[in-house]
Amino acid sequence: MTQSNRIAGGQIDRSRTFRFTFDGRTYEGHPGDTLASALLANGVRLMGRSFKYHRPRGPLSAGSEEPNALVQLRSGPRQEPNTRATVAELFDGLEATSQNAWPSLKFDAMAINDRLNTFFTAGFYYKTFMWPASFWEKVYEPIIRRAAGLGALTREEDPDEYDKGFLHCDLLVIGAGPAGLTAALTAGRAGARVILADEDFRMGGRLNAETLEVGGKAGADWAAGIVAELSAMPNVRLMPRTTVIGAFDHGIYGVVERVSDHLAVPPKGKPRQTLWRVYSRRAILAGGATERPIAFENNDRPGIMLAGALRAYANRWSVAVGDRVAVFTNNEDGLRSATDLQAKGVDVVAVIDARPGGSVLPGIRHLKGAEVIDAQGRLGLTSITIRQANGRTETIRVTALGVSGGWNPNVNITSHHRSRPVWDEAIQSFIPGPDAPHGLTAAGAAAGALSTHGALATGQAQAIAALADLGITAKAAALPNAEDAPISITPKWYAAGGKGRAWIDPQNDVTVKDVKLAQKENFTSVEHLKRYTTLGMATDQGKTGNVLGLAIMAGLTGRTIPETGTTIYRPPYTPVAMGTLAGRSRGKEFKPFRLTPSHKWAEEQGAVFVEVGMWLRTQWLPKPGETHWRQSVDREVLATRKSVGICDVTTLGKIDIQGTDAGAFLDKVYCNTFSTLAVGKCRYGLMLREDGMVFDDGTTARMGEHEYVMTTTTANAVTVFRHLEYCRQVLWPEMDVQLISTTEAWAQFSVAGPNARKLLEKLVDQDISDAAFPYMGAGSITVRGIRGRLFRISFSGELAYEIAVPTRYGDALIRALVEAGKEFDAVVYGTEALGVMRVEKGHVAGNELNGQSTALNMGLGKMVSKKKDAIGMVLSQREGMTDPNGYRLVGVKPVNPEGRLTAGSHFLEIGAAPVIENDGGWLTSKVYSPHLGCDIALGYLKAGDQKMGRRMRAVNLLAKPPTETEVEIVSPHFFDPEGERLRG
Amino acid sequence: MAETLHSLTALGHSEPETHAAGPCRIAERFDVALASLAARKGREADVERAAKAAGVPLPGPARWKDGAPYAAFWVAPGMWFVEAPFASHEDIVAHLKPAFGDAASITEQTDAWVCFDISAAELSPLLERLCNVDFPGAPDGFATRTVIEHSGCYLVKRGPGQVVLYGSRSSARSLLHALETAAASLA
Repeated sequence: MTQSNRIAGGQIDRSRTFRFTFDGRTYEGHPGDTLASALLANGVRLMGRSFKYHRPRGPLSAGSEEPNALVQLRSGPRQEPNTRATVAELFDGLEATSQNAWPSLKFDAMAINDRLNTFFTAGFYYKTFMWPASFWEKVYEPIIRRAAGLGALTREEDPDEYDKGFLHCDLLVIGAGPAGLTAALTAGRAGARVILADEDFRMGGRLNAETLEVGGKAGADWAAGIVAELSAMPNVRLMPRTTVIGAFDHGIYGVVERVSDHLAVPPKGKPRQTLWRVYSRRAILAGGATERPIAFENNDRPGIMLAGALRAYANRWSVAVGDRVAVFTNNEDGLRSATDLQAKGVDVVAVIDARPGGSVLPGIRHLKGAEVIDAQGRLGLTSITIRQANGRTETIRVTALGVSGGWNPNVNITSHHRSRPVWDEAIQSFIPGPDAPHGLTAAGAAAGALSTHGALATGQAQAIAALADLGITAKAAALPNAEDAPISITPKWYAAGGKGRAWIDPQNDVTVKDVKLAQKENFTSVEHLKRYTTLGMATDQGKTGNVLGLAIMAGLTGRTIPETGTTIYRPPYTPVAMGTLAGRSRGKEFKPFRLTPSHKWAEEQGAVFVEVGMWLRTQWLPKPGETHWRQSVDREVLATRKSVGICDVTTLGKIDIQGTDAGAFLDKVYCNTFSTLAVGKCRYGLMLREDGMVFDDGTTARMGEHEYVMTTTTANAVTVFRHLEYCRQVLWPEMDVQLISTTEAWAQFSVAGPNARKLLEKLVDQDISDAAFPYMGAGSITVRGIRGRLFRISFSGELAYEIAVPTRYGDALIRALVEAGKEFDAVVYGTEALGVMRVEKGHVAGNELNGQSTALNMGLGKMVSKKKDAIGMVLSQREGMTDPNGYRLVGVKPVNPEGRLTAGSHFLEIGAAPVIENDGGWLTSKVYSPHLGCDIALGYLKAGDQKMGRRMRAVNLLAKPPTETEVEIVSPHFFDPEGERLRG
Repeated sequence: MAETLHSLTALGHSEPETHAAGPCRIAERFDVALASLAARKGREADVERAAKAAGVPLPGPARWKDGAPYAAFWVAPGMWFVEAPFASHEDIVAHLKPAFGDAASITEQTDAWVCFDISAAELSPLLERLCNVDFPGAPDGFATRTVIEHSGCYLVKRGPGQVVLYGSRSSARSLLHALETAAASLA
């Protein structure tokens, strides 16, 4: 088949031919074609099957409102379901397949649903699948999902890239038809920064589809001239193939640019699509209008389309959809389709005009007061049945029918902040309501100005008004001459014929019968109508069907359309691929990595890394011969306790706090006191939330009279900094406090173990003996001449220091520590060994700092000073939080050293049933202690401090069947409870 | 004294590297000493006087100002980041403290950041893919905090095709990757 329906003229490039396939068959088209126009040129009207009834369907429209012609584009990992053939730009080698049909588009076995349509009425699911409840997810839903539906996902990873970006402008113009072009031109000439976005690949909007003249030129040529002028303006950005999908807060618009969709494969490095966030000071919606059909029996036959689409295919894409064409209209615009087609040499056999009286078109059989009441042709239209004004019915043989029930302004984006459109009696449509998003106005057909002159005039006026708001003066230019005919519409929503179904929302297979049923069952509110029938809930958001559906409901209930009301639209305006929303944030690029100063060295050693937030921390460092992580971790723990271990602790948050009120500030944010801390000393601090729960902990050092360095946990580094800034700026702005994060500025390593001092003495230039640098000391040092800091603090219970140098020297320091440590058999240990040693020592960490625990729960109740006010102090004293029988941190050991513990297990008394009433608490952290030779754990146990030595059961309720271990409740300080080692 | 410790750039090299990506040139800077300078409460006038005497520019909000040896950009009310040549001001805090005394809180920031010089004929196409800064609308000398690749950054506009970008040091590689990827898509 070689483009048998191609006619003269149009805006396709006939000098080049594209070959493409649909359902495996090869066709030809030209640059400038859409997939739909190219298929129609080749005589293909059948392009899909409907959602529910699997009815044969062809395109209804020639634009993004298309409900029917949904296809899968491409194959393999690039396969994309639910693509509208009417906007899919043709390219050489395009591969398209039909969807929702089996075994073939022409013979679809699931079309049996169409025969069973009396079962599948509105509310079918709600009435049929009510019981048993257990069947819903396991039986009913899978069946429904298989039977209904659209395209299929490939389940392969999308090989293309998607990008995101940010644009700024004075004026965003949405739509490049006559109104949008005029608005952009007016603003551009005034020097404003303008973005003009249009979803089409050719700017000009309806002018490309019309034969009307603007300023004495063909409309399309006038548009091309304006686009050329705009292109030359440095302050104007033209964005074709770009859809504004939503209006968000403060003048921000979501905008999807289809960068490479019109190519088989994106050029190397280029994204497939870009999601722009446009920050606009003002915006004009010039998105045009969408034609709506008139409902009649079998009005979904392939070949029946909107009258404006029929002439768009002829005028822009040089396609006569049928050789014998009729038009069914209730307004003046529908007549243009008949005259344009006739001018193109197409046989227009009849115009069925629902309006009575008035003049008739010359040279065409123009039937006034008539209506189409049925259509025939299962896989494609063959004839229509009409009823004339005198009641006489007649069957007319046609292969295409254009239907025009009027035009709905594209108000969608104006509704995104819940503005309700208002009814305009003159054009029988909803127009934007008065409370559209701030800064957004509408122009042209989107505002209800349906003539070309109206578009030009309102486009210019709205641009001048918008810029005036911004203090920019734009001049009104003389408008080119353009048609200004009224649409002269007489309402006609439904042409009743026999008992068959008449479609309102073709994508979701909602018919007039469904609306009638909804009315009968009292779902008469538009919101109920929508949910009960699924009207407007398909991927097209009911762009062609909504007004028709509610108008029919209005008729059934005897109310006016304004009384009936309308549902509103939400973003996105048209469907957006998930990949576009994800952008580059996927796989390994989901979030950035943060690397520690010792990362390079650790990588060389074959370290195993663990993600801690965005940090990659060394989890353990396997040595040759070690085949299990426990071997590495046990070795690291034992070596540290025996001699010395080194661990990169740079990830802990570090906040520099200065100012004359720094000490008083810390007294307010920590529950214990810091203003009395001596210069050159550290103290462990506990930070509470306002509700009295523990927020974070860490060590803070006083480096000078008005200078502290706070350490936070790795996980809460940012949260604590934000909290402190809030306290400083909002709670106590009178305090003299300055904050800055220094987490990244210093490479910091813990050096722990009996030989920690000996090791450091080889590197530190100053005296760090116990006398010169006692326990909890802090101060500036030099490390082989490099400025550094030293803190004598311990998380492991050993004699330990944290040594810091500017981060650039971090790699050198870890290497120097390892080298200097050789004589002591020093090890570098990771987060697992760190975890083992802190559990052995009974220190709380993330599992215990769970946001639901108090200082009292953690055995740290005495730290909450009552002598001063601090955040959380008062509320930590609430009844219930001071319950003497509440949770307390305890240590847990298996009675049998071979017994295994599992974190998350619950405490139960011996013999107690595993029910919630008997729950005593839970194991928070569990490790294997190579020092004790058995599993040990920390846990929160009710009245735990009163149960030392008690035997209980630790029950893992998640195991199937539950497992349990008999345990002994002990002090959480498993190792060196007197702390002699760390003071050594 | 034993041998001095060697230093690595934020990207993990002994010398800073320059990367060409698409139409852009991305050069890591390793010669900038950086410190935060915040006026203590009620000492704003003292800070202004001291800054003038020491030759430290204190530009207004969202501005960077050049000087010798110090340049500075505004980061918050009463707070600036001061830049100086690393070779002469490695311990930048030690240089600034005597000038400002107890009128300001000064904290070393040199190694908290990776610093990139980014240049191209026109940087708007790159930056609009990275952050929500209105780069074309910003004057030369514009300085702002922004977010690139989920990380807080400082961006200083030196010209339409010249930017200095400070990003968190630990995610320097990820930031460079984001810059290179965006730049490559412009080719």
